[in-house]
Amino acid sequence: MTAPVIAAHGLTKRFGDFTAVDGIDFEVPPGESFGLLGPNGAGKSTTMRMVGAVSSRTAGELSVLGLDPNTHGPEIRSLLGVVPQEDNLDTELRVRDNLIVYGRYFGIPRSVCATRADELLGFAQLEEKRNAKVDDLSGGMKRRLTIARALINEPRILMLDEPTTGLDPQARHVLWDRLFRLKERGTTLVLTTHYMDEAEQLCDRLVVVDKGKIMAEGSPSSLIRQYSTREVVELRFGSDRNADAAVRMAGLVERIEVLPDRVLLYADDGEAVLERVTDLGLHPTTSLVRRSSLEDVFLRLTGRSLIE
Amino acid sequence: MTTTITEAAVAAAVRPRRFGAWYVAEHQLRGMKAYGWTIVVGSVGNPLLYLLGIGLGLAAFLDQPIASGADGLVDYVWFVAPALLATAAVTVAMDEFTFVIMAGFKWRRIFWGMNASPVAPPQIAAGLVLSVVVRMLFTTTIYYLLILAFGAVGDPLTGALMPLVGVLAGLAFGLPVMAFSASLKEDKGQFALVQRFVFTPLFLFSGTFFPLTTLPVWLQWIGWVSPLWHASEIGRSLSYGSPPGAWPVGWHLAVLVVLAVVGWLMARRIFVRRLRAG
Repeated sequence: MTAPVIAAHGLTKRFGDFTAVDGIDFEVPPGESFGLLGPNGAGKSTTMRMVGAVSSRTAGELSVLGLDPNTHGPEIRSLLGVVPQEDNLDTELRVRDNLIVYGRYFGIPRSVCATRADELLGFAQLEEKRNAKVDDLSGGMKRRLTIARALINEPRILMLDEPTTGLDPQARHVLWDRLFRLKERGTTLVLTTHYMDEAEQLCDRLVVVDKGKIMAEGSPSSLIRQYSTREVVELRFGSDRNADAAVRMAGLVERIEVLPDRVLLYADDGEAVLERVTDLGLHPTTSLVRRSSLEDVFLRLTGRSLIE
Repeated sequence: MTTTITEAAVAAAVRPRRFGAWYVAEHQLRGMKAYGWTIVVGSVGNPLLYLLGIGLGLAAFLDQPIASGADGLVDYVWFVAPALLATAAVTVAMDEFTFVIMAGFKWRRIFWGMNASPVAPPQIAAGLVLSVVVRMLFTTTIYYLLILAFGAVGDPLTGALMPLVGVLAGLAFGLPVMAFSASLKEDKGQFALVQRFVFTPLFLFSGTFFPLTTLPVWLQWIGWVSPLWHASEIGRSLSYGSPPGAWPVGWHLAVLVVLAVVGWLMARRIFVRRLRAG
């Protein structure tokens, strides 16, 4: 077993009276794709900033690449690639120059920066935009450029904070494809997301975070097995009748969740449950049988939806 | 395994720890290229306009010299030239230490990008200052060559130090402004206020166009705290010598240095606090 590249024990961050990160423990071995899944304000970004050595911890222990971020910030940041939640590309420079200028911050000679920039433009599928202005790029292209920029120093860990928030579905899939390639090459990925499909696509292992605490940990499939059933029946009766219907269906399954717009029935065989609902004389306006997802895990763990 | 990664990290940080500020300056200077022509045209055009206007207009209109140096009365353009040069540097500082700083934190957000790299916040602040020094030196050097060409310098040899004095004035004015800009979270027109109620009064009451002693005593204090007055007086002394009774050059220098150092310490502190908060 190789030593972890990130190890956090009792990691805590407080801002005055508010505890943003409340004594969390996790380790990330090299080559793993590790995710922090949770709603906005769960403490994911604060955790990322502490790991990224730009925010000091209030308590607990943290080691990144075997070093303490409090004392070895520049050393740690030298081998990290950071993709922030909000793009901070230099809009006054052209696409390729953004990569070169950023490479210089790592002390990389200009000629090496130039060679790497060309390779990375290929990887990010931005060759044709090399001399374009950053402002002329689409949202998806800007994100890919930010990822390319984060790779200019050949980082050992790539940290992505909400990498696809605000992108359209097509742009998200292009981005996932690029990240998946990095994962295949063995780059350690650490990402935060509040999209369960993203976590399912990209993470080998993840922690579910809420209110600064880790609620559960495991691979996406093991979390679903542990905290949910195989299938879910989603029924809509109309917002004023969902609760009444749920009462009548109470005996059908072990677990029912009543959300404002729909009722969720957890079962291993969704079709069978749906038949028994009809047998009760209930007629939902829409019905859907689907596989359980991390959204259901989160609902189970916190009683709330991920995206509110 | 971990030792090799750790060793690699230590090795990789050596250059950024040493040269980080220079990398930031490099980035800023590359960014200035985008408005490079404005800088060049401004650096040449602005002095030309002033020198033509004052040399051909105001100086011709004044029928007697208003200021004196070590050897007695001096030409009006001689008197005005060092002050104009220092004003040019302060104008650059007004440009580069206001909106550019706010943009770096808030609009372009590029300081946050730098912050995630091995470069540390004090280096980010230092690199910004370094790039502005380069721009100010460019402007003041051109200014000096032009006033020289207009015959507005008494002693060209000692006068050649004027560009450096101009840069010092720019820093004495600009670094406190930089600290102020870095502390702002929102743009509510504060920079326009600085322009109108700090920069313009300093320009008008700093003995730029007439000796400070011409003003009533209750207005002279504006000059005493103004980097422009101190830099102008040093410049005049370098050009044609100080009249008897003037402040020693060392005092003027000391005021400029103190303003610059205090401004720098505040700016650096605010950069660290802001980039490392949260």
